[in-house]
This record gives sequence, C-alpha cells and structure tokens, in this order.
Amino acid sequence: MALSEATDAGQAGPTKKPTRLFKNMASKIAALPMVFTALVIFVGGTVWTIVYSFTGSGLLPRLKWVGLDQYERLWNSRKWLVSIENLAIYGICSLILTLVIGFTLAALLDRKVRGEGALRTIFLYPFALSFIVTGLIWQWILNPDLGLQSVVRGMGWEAFTFDPLNNSSLVMFGLLIAGLWQGTGLIMCIMLAGLRGIDEDIWKAARVDGIGTVKTYIRVIIPMMRPVFVTSLVLIGSGIVKLYDLVVAQTSGGPGLSSQVPAMYVMTAMFGGQNLGQGFAASTMMLVSVVIILVPWAILEFGGKKRG
Amino acid sequence: MKLTTKLMAFSAIVSASSASAVELEVMHWWTSGGEAAAVSKFAEAWDATGNTWVDGAIAGGGDTARPIMVSRIIGGDPPAAFQFNHGRQAEELIEAGLLLDLTDVAEAEGWAEIVNPSNLLDACTVDGRIYCAPVNIHSWQWMWLSNGAYEKAGIPVPQSWTEFAATAGDLEAAGITPLAMGGQSWQQNGAFGVMSVALAGTDAWLAVNRDKDAEVAAGADYARVFEAFGAARELAVGLNVQDWNQATAAVINDTAGAQIMGDWAQGEFAVAGEVAGEDYTCLPGLGEVAVLSTGGDAFYFPVVDDEEITAAQKELAALLLSPPVQVSFNSAKGSLPIRGDVDLTTVNDCTQKGLDLLAAGNLLPDGAAVLSPDTVTQLNDLLTEFWNTPSMTPAEVQSAYADIIADAD
Repeated sequence: MALSEATDAGQAGPTKKPTRLFKNMASKIAALPMVFTALVIFVGGTVWTIVYSFTGSGLLPRLKWVGLDQYERLWNSRKWLVSIENLAIYGICSLILTLVIGFTLAALLDRKVRGEGALRTIFLYPFALSFIVTGLIWQWILNPDLGLQSVVRGMGWEAFTFDPLNNSSLVMFGLLIAGLWQGTGLIMCIMLAGLRGIDEDIWKAARVDGIGTVKTYIRVIIPMMRPVFVTSLVLIGSGIVKLYDLVVAQTSGGPGLSSQVPAMYVMTAMFGGQNLGQGFAASTMMLVSVVIILVPWAILEFGGKKRG
Repeated sequence: MKLTTKLMAFSAIVSASSASAVELEVMHWWTSGGEAAAVSKFAEAWDATGNTWVDGAIAGGGDTARPIMVSRIIGGDPPAAFQFNHGRQAEELIEAGLLLDLTDVAEAEGWAEIVNPSNLLDACTVDGRIYCAPVNIHSWQWMWLSNGAYEKAGIPVPQSWTEFAATAGDLEAAGITPLAMGGQSWQQNGAFGVMSVALAGTDAWLAVNRDKDAEVAAGADYARVFEAFGAARELAVGLNVQDWNQATAAVINDTAGAQIMGDWAQGEFAVAGEVAGEDYTCLPGLGEVAVLSTGGDAFYFPVVDDEEITAAQKELAALLLSPPVQVSFNSAKGSLPIRGDVDLTTVNDCTQKGLDLLAAGNLLPDGAAVLSPDTVTQLNDLLTEFWNTPSMTPAEVQSAYADIIADAD
C-alpha cells in the first residue's frame, strides 16, 4: 500500500511542482550562506561598482552622474593602454609556459624517477610563499648589484649583463620568471595527479602497438587529461587577471610605466588619486574583458555536455 | 558566583586603568632612519603624559600608506590619529564629517597666533573650522650635493643648477653618477616641480599650478624646464634605486653627485653623521630662485564614538604643537618647526638657510596644497613615463602636461 501511494504521489508530480525544490533540503540549506554571499557580495558588489563607474566619485562614492566621461578618460590614458598590453604579454607567456613546464615536470616525475617525493616538494615549495615574498626574493635575485649579475661577474664574466627589472622592454619577463617560479609547482602537482589517474592498461596498449613514449603523451594521454587541463587553465587564468602584488613587490610599475598592470591602475586611481569613479571604470573594463573571454568558453565547455 | 565576582573585579581593574591611560593608535609612513628617530620623539612625549602611543607605521611611503588609512577610516575602524600631507588630500574626508573638528583646541592654544607661516593653518581649515594639527614644514625646493664626489672629480661644488649641469661631464669622467633619482614616480614628479620653480620662475609656477593656466604650461618658460628635465635623464643613468633614501644614500656614499629631494633628506645625512657644509652642500631652489615651498605633514584625527578617546585626541593635538615637542621632533627630522617662537637645538647650515627664507617670506605653497591628488597622480604617471622613455621628446611631454593642467580641477 505504502509503495503504491508513493508512486501515486510521484505520478501526481507534474501538477504539484514544488517537490523538486524541496529535494535534498539539507544540502540546499547548507549551500544557502554561499549562495547569499555570491549574490550579495559578488553580484551586488559588481553591480554597485558598475553603477558608480558612471559617477564622478572622488575619495568617497557619490551619485554625481558624469555619463561616459570616466571611460573616455580611461581609454585616452597611456597608462591604461600600456597596462593592458603588459597583461596580454604576461598572460599569454604565463599561460603557455606554466602549462608546458608544469606538464613536462609532471611527466618527468611520472617516469618513476628516484626521489620523486623530494623533487615534488621542492617544485611545490614556492607556491607556499605569497606573491609579495616571491616578488621581494626575485627583486633581490634580479638586482644587478646583489643578485645573479654580480654573482656571474664575480666568477669572472665581467661583461655579463642581466638586469631585466631596470629595462623597460624586458621588465615583464622579469616578472614572468618570478610568476612561473611561484606558480608552476601547483600546476605540476595537478598534472601529476591527472597522470596518475590514467589507467596502466593504456600504457600497455600503447606499448603493444609500438607507439613511442612522447607520442603516447601527446596523442593519447593529453586528450584524456582534458578535465585536468581545464582546472589548470582556470587557476592560471585567475592568477593572471589579478596580477598585482607581484608587480608591487618587484617593480611597483616601473621603470616608468613599463610594468603597469590593470589591477594596479585601479588601485592607484582609487586610492592614490582619490578618484573612485576612474578606478571603478577600469575595474568594470577588466570585468568586461574577462566576461568576453569566459562566457563563450563556458558555454562551449559546460553547455555542450548537458545536451550530449 | 565566585567566578562572576572575580571577572567583575577584573573588568573593573581593566576599565580603571584604561581611564587613566588611553591607548591611541597613530598611523604614519615615517620609516626611514631619520624619520623613525623623529617620530619616536612624539611617542616619548605622549607616553610621558601617562598615555600610550601605539605606533602604526606603514612602510613604502605615502602612496602606500594613504590607501590603507583611508580604507580603515571609511571601513569604520579608524586609527586615533593619522599623518597626511595637509592640503587637498583630506578634503573629502572632512566634507563627509569623518574627521574631528579641532577648532576648540586651536582657539585654546592660540594656533592662529603661533603657527608661522599662517598658510599652514589655512591648509587645515575648511569653512572656518580647523581639522588638522600641522607638525612641520617641509620644502621640496632643495638640491643636495656630495662634497666628497666633487673632490674626487677635482672640481668645486657647483652653486646652481646651471653650474651643476655644466660640470656633470667631469663627474661622469670620474665614474660618478651626477644625479641620483629613485625609481618611484612621485620622486620624478617632485624633482620636476623643483626644476620648474627654479628654471621657469615662481610666477610661471603659480600660474600653472595654482591658476591652472594651460597656456603658460605650453609656453616658452616651461619649454626650458622640459628641455632641462629631459637632459637630466641622461645624468641619472647608471644608478638603479627605488626608494628616495637609497638615492640619498648614494649621495652620502659619494657614488652620486647630487639629488633633488625635499628637506626630509637631511635627516638621512644626520643619521649618517655627515655635517652640512663639510660633507654635503644644500642649494635651496637649486641655487637659481631662492624660495621655500611650505608643504609638510599634519595629523588628522578621525571622529570616534568614545568621549575618552576624543579628549585624548585633542590632548595629543595640543601636545604635537607644544614648543619642546616641536623642537625635538623637527631637530631629528631635519624639518622646520611650524611655530616661529621656538629655537631649534641644533641649527646647521642648511636648516639656517631654510629659516632665513622663512623669515624673509620667500614662500610658495606646496604642490599638494594646490593640485588635487587626482591631478598629482596623472602628473606622476606622465613624468615617470618621460623620465624612463628616452625616445619621448620634451615637446611631446609638454603638450601632454598642458592637457592635464587644462583638465585639472
């Protein structure tokens, strides 16, 4: 009897829709604080920022409308254009190099080298340091009077010059070295976990077919590790967009404007220049660019799966 | 029950002790050797009154410290007092009613009579009410030269910018970088300001900075300044330092010939044990136009909802301007006292030159008092780009400069 009643209730479902909402009540209640945080703090904060980017707010937010003035000034600013260019250089290089180096290291460790545990710790260790500390360490290493250059010169190569942080055209690569040193360890670990998840039988099958190791990695293993790559991509991408503290610690945007990044533009405008409106306009542009890249990708990545 | 009574007794003790001694957190960005020595004079004087000075020093200069202070004030967790350069930086905080009105302290202490020059107090005044306690006079208009470096090069120490520029080649030949310049943008903008007062004259400077006259900024007087500033870029090649005190250290160590920097640099010379006139030479107004700009530091006190703290804040404000504190603080910092009725204990050559200019009334307002922080940021960006981009011509930067002045509020 009880069973048939239950099925009856189930069949009556279409007329009484709310059952779906109350399914898994406990987990939904548990998720409420996060949902609330996401809506109020992230979405609410974002909307507030966008609204105030159309005002002439100075040190304090004020609803004094100025239309698109802030955006006009933003796109006429040399510093903003340089910031975007720098972020693009850093982003592309960092994305490619982190993935390549991270995967190569993981693949090498996966070949069952001796002392894997120790090596893994060494590679992952920089990740335990904050960007500020990383920046300071590399500022010293790259300082021509204390670091690498003076050591090499001390060993006898008097003409050796390596001073990226004081050279406008190389400074972004000086930042990149520090960023890679800090970030690749984590990506390596994620990749290694992915590699360990690959079934041994795949390797055996590849060996039977006589496919070389490198070719197996590229043609078989990497396509199988797609979810791992997506995770890595998201981690690297968010690290690139919020690039700020590394620059502050290493160069504070210099020499000149040559290592300015958008996040730094926002901070200087808002707090140095006491011009919140300008800072909000810049951060809105950062959001727009992230959305332009992320939304089509997310639709391709996650929207497709539901249908399939 | 027993525990409750114990707790009550304990809290009674705590509140009793806090009634007699108030802890005030004071935020500032004085972290270099000379500055730290100076701020400890304030702390000692305040601790001597039975209260406690909680030091909230923020390293990295005003550009780093101001955002932290402002966000704490706006965020509802204000320090009891904080340092700003008086002028337009605190304008909006005052308008929003976040800062304590010190008018009653000022009247009781007679600040209107004792503060000299009087425009320092004007910079603290909004709508007739006084909101800050000025503590020192700082002037940007100085160049510091290393006597040792010129001795090494075998030439006399120059007495003006013109002479300095003419003899820079001899310094380079002796392996000395003629001009020490830190990498932060405010230092390049500041040096440009000093050069524009010295080379374009005070009238042109006032027309551009106070009256925002873009035509003067695009004119011939300023063209001369941009040419000289462009030429100065070459003189600074070879010394890569970030902070201003590292650049001063290069002058102290005789590895650089000169630095254009405000009189706070003098604190560094003092800490290093150098003697004005013997080890280093100072030229107010670059030796071209002898003037002093009257910028400086001031303390502001956020409004707090606690009468005890408010009373202590006012007590501290009065203490900062009291004669003994003014003397000990300014002697350590190398700045000039804000009251004309005290004598500094140790007046060296350079401080004397400053005091003479102050007495003669050869004064200019400070850049921070006439330009909004927004404009200052834009000028920082422009001038640091020019300084670090050898391919950018003086004519290019001048037209961009005039545009910023035309838009300035």
